[in-house]
Amino acid sequence: MVSGKGLINMYSEKVMEHFSNPRNVGVIEDADGVGTVGNPVCGDLMTIYIKVKDNIIEDIKFKTFGCGAAIATSSMVTEMAMGKTIEEALKISRNDVADELEGLPPVKMHCSNLAADALKAAIDNYKKKLAEKD
Amino acid sequence: MIYMDHSATSPVDIEVFNAMKPYFVESYGNASTLYSLGREARRAMESSREKVASIIGANTDEIIFTSGGTESDNIAIKGTAYRFKRRGNHIITSNIEHPAVDETCKYLEKNGFEVTYLPVEKDGIVNSSDLEDAITDKTILITVMHANNEIGTIQPISEIGEIARENKIYFHADAVQSVGKIPVNVEELNVDMLSLSAHKLYGPKGVGALYIKKGVRVEPIIHGGGHEKGIRPGTENVAGIVGLGKACEISENNLEEEAQYLTSMRDELIKRVLSEIDESYLNGHPTKRLPNNINFRFTGIEGESLVLHLDSKNIASSTGSACSSKKLEASHVLMALGLKEVQAHGSLRLTLGKENKVEDIDYVIESIKNAVDTLRKMSPLWCQAKV
Repeated sequence: MVSGKGLINMYSEKVMEHFSNPRNVGVIEDADGVGTVGNPVCGDLMTIYIKVKDNIIEDIKFKTFGCGAAIATSSMVTEMAMGKTIEEALKISRNDVADELEGLPPVKMHCSNLAADALKAAIDNYKKKLAEKD
Repeated sequence: MIYMDHSATSPVDIEVFNAMKPYFVESYGNASTLYSLGREARRAMESSREKVASIIGANTDEIIFTSGGTESDNIAIKGTAYRFKRRGNHIITSNIEHPAVDETCKYLEKNGFEVTYLPVEKDGIVNSSDLEDAITDKTILITVMHANNEIGTIQPISEIGEIARENKIYFHADAVQSVGKIPVNVEELNVDMLSLSAHKLYGPKGVGALYIKKGVRVEPIIHGGGHEKGIRPGTENVAGIVGLGKACEISENNLEEEAQYLTSMRDELIKRVLSEIDESYLNGHPTKRLPNNINFRFTGIEGESLVLHLDSKNIASSTGSACSSKKLEASHVLMALGLKEVQAHGSLRLTLGKENKVEDIDYVIESIKNAVDTLRKMSPLWCQAKV
């Protein structure tokens, strides 16, 4: 069992800020790309939706089931990817997300830092759809 | 702060603190010395021993002071294993024990002992007929907790003890969560050994006791200067022991009244959360549980996030979610109830205490509702569940 205060000590202020006020929560109904990663058995599952215009991510939303780190990284990655080109967005790594959040507890780096993967999955899905159209 | 994590630890009662104070700076004597300062410490310690013995219905010479629940459990389990290793190598426990018991048993398994982990029913209670089937001629110890720290379920200790006695097997119960919450009487419970801890009953951290029934003998697991009959050597933590004694005295005097107060608050919280929050459930047995224990689960959300949200509302709670554990595994207790991982992740434990106020219940329920709602809106699982 783990209690509240221990967790707060573990997380940076930036993580807590994104956790408490997550950006871009929701679903894009007519998304150009959708990516889901994680596994609810492990406690983390996230879906990222992107809307792309002229190779630029013009809208991005997420839905996440998971711990504080999972929610904060989801929120952060949407903020980082918004307005970027597909190529720029693909360069966002797990470490970049963690760095922007002023670090994550070591135990969370592996399991809950999935947001960059979800973004990649959404972009792959977008590219696949694009190829199918051509 | 609305503190609802009393099974983690409890605030030190001011009367307990005041009772302890003289034993740091003024009456600092070593209780093993002959001069008056030492005798004073010894007297205080022996008076505490009476109070500890009293709350569990034991004799004073059956109480060994320790550094807390974990040490008491270790002495009882390893001490029995080492003493009887020539007679047998089999230990029986349950699959919902606190790590202090569970990990000690696992350590012994690595060192040539065999351990049977009895399953629990869906409501978190051990079935004593499973115990009878598990006993072999090699069984030297049965150890089952009195009340569970996560889901608060109260085990049929008296029945288990009777079976142990018929089979002439030592029986230990970890009563860290139950002492001070419900009546604990070592005679009625048929236990040979029983662990308790001060900081769960408004006493200080770092001190506890092990009841060892007269005639029961265990090997010491640490060695030194012969304190506490050689079972727990080391200069006694006099101030801590005084605190433990005072905490037991207060708890014993207020037990019935406090249990009633906590039970009514517990039941009100359970009733309202289950009726006001969609797809919320209670883990553990509805009535065979500690007066102060509530353990919910909510579909579609993860417990660590819930604990963090409640913390931002100044409510201290805890969870059995994997994301919050150091091992990144869902609580073994919740899994033992037959829950799926994803269900165990959505758990929230509230453990009440005497300083919690009935007036705070509305605020707590409102905060839980808001947090669950916020997290569900964010959760892909809740959408799936609802579509």
